[in-house]
Amino acid sequence: MPIIHVTTVEGEALELQADSGRSVMEVVKANDLPMLAACGGALACATCHVIVDPDWYDRLQPPSEDEEDLLDTAHGLTSTSRLGCQILMREELDGIRVCLTPMD
Amino acid sequence: MTEDEDFTTDVAVIGAGPVGLFAVFECGMLKMRCHLIDALPAIGGQCTALYPEKPIYDIPAAPELSAAELVDRLHRQIAPFAPQFHLDQQVVALQRAGDTWELVTSRGIRIRARAVIVAAGAGAFGPNRPPLADIEDYEGRCVHYLVTERARFRGQRLVIAGGGDSAVDWAIALADEAAEVHLVHRRERFRAAPESVDRLHQLVAEGRIQLVIPYQLAGLEGDGTRLSGVLVKTLDGDQRRIPADHLLAFFGLATRLGPINDWGLGARNGVVPVEPATCATSAPGVFAVGDIAGYPHKLKLILTGFAEAAHAAHAAFAFVYPDRALHFEYSTSTGVPGRESA
Ligand SMILES: Cc1cc2nc3c(=O)[nH]c(=O)nc-3n(C[C@H](O)[C@H](O)[C@H](O)COP(=O)(O)OP(=O)(O)OC[C@H]3O[C@@H](n4cnc5c(N)ncnc54)[C@H](O)[C@@H]3O)c2cc1C
Repeated sequence: MPIIHVTTVEGEALELQADSGRSVMEVVKANDLPMLAACGGALACATCHVIVDPDWYDRLQPPSEDEEDLLDTAHGLTSTSRLGCQILMREELDGIRVCLTPMD
Repeated sequence: MTEDEDFTTDVAVIGAGPVGLFAVFECGMLKMRCHLIDALPAIGGQCTALYPEKPIYDIPAAPELSAAELVDRLHRQIAPFAPQFHLDQQVVALQRAGDTWELVTSRGIRIRARAVIVAAGAGAFGPNRPPLADIEDYEGRCVHYLVTERARFRGQRLVIAGGGDSAVDWAIALADEAAEVHLVHRRERFRAAPESVDRLHQLVAEGRIQLVIPYQLAGLEGDGTRLSGVLVKTLDGDQRRIPADHLLAFFGLATRLGPINDWGLGARNGVVPVEPATCATSAPGVFAVGDIAGYPHKLKLILTGFAEAAHAAHAAFAFVYPDRALHFEYSTSTGVPGRESA
């Protein structure tokens, strides 16, 4: 089962088991970590904004235009910002590193 | 803004999303009167704020229904119960007052109720405020999330931030009367109507709007009352200062859990834990339904919320009518109290 390395806003490092096919957002929420994910993955908000480790960013499918539009409404963007609901876990992403962003 | 009005009712429903609306119906069928409070100026919650035009396919017995139509039908369904709406205001406090609960809204309205149904979704909708230091000090005076009076911007230096229709349309609309308009956006593409984007580029070519791309807001400069400049930076950390009297930030809506965390309901990461069969929270007489209510294997769907509303209303009955036994009846037997039969 692929693993996600998550760093929380407070700097705590965690290793989460992720079933293939689940999104980073779903895995983070299932582990009860602080993330709002207000729209539940419907691609209607940016509250599952995560910062992907630059070593991993280019291995992801590039963001869709809809995702880019929502990233416009996220604060504190970086050049490797993504929406957690749009990163679907698969074996090749085993070991991916992401940082969470502040909730409010 | 205080209206200093006091109300007493059977059930106060916090949140007028689809689930809060249906909770009014379920309460009404059990002869419980409701007051309904929402931070948004319109009813419908996410359906209205995020996706009014999208079709929904998983509402039982409605093969296809737009979100706006769903809200309209719910509104009609609860009309016979004449709920009192308090819109455009947030519930900021929920506290025990003798044998009732007392809610206070951001407009100073107080509502006393025997039972409370929290149908707060992902939190109260409000402007998506950029997290800049001291921004609250300038809000209303120099930092704005909507334009109510254009006249105040005459001859002023404006920074407008955002990449959607509101940012583009206001940059165009205010280009004439403002002294300067700087439009800050993180990338070349604007997600706005193509005609507006064309007009924007025309005004940029004429030198009446300055584009500040690819920049994001980074800070505010001023004396704590009046703004003097807005700091922006690129992803590479290149920082610039734009002299400005006003910042207009258009990043759409965001939800804030805010006060709900302080109501002693054990809210955690946007979820209020409930007993699934009754939707009771840890506070007696306070129930939670819809997206905000959590229990193992919860499905965040409108249909789930509708069922939860029925459970919560039946469980709330004991708090509203402590001396009466609840006699279970179908709607086919009771009809809808207050509705003229067709
Ligand atoms: C794009 C999209 C598509 C979707 N498609 C579907 C679908 O096909 N089928 C489906 O079943 N579901 C769908 N959903 C999910 C569905 O919209 C939600 O499950 C539903 O809106 C939850 O209803 P609710 O009444 O619990 O909360 P919400 O709709 O979130 O409403 C909560 C309301 O409470 C208000 N509020 C919160 N706190 C306060 C406070 N302190 N004071 C005052 N007001 C407050 C908020 O302002 C808000 O208006 C979709 C969601 C999105 C974003």
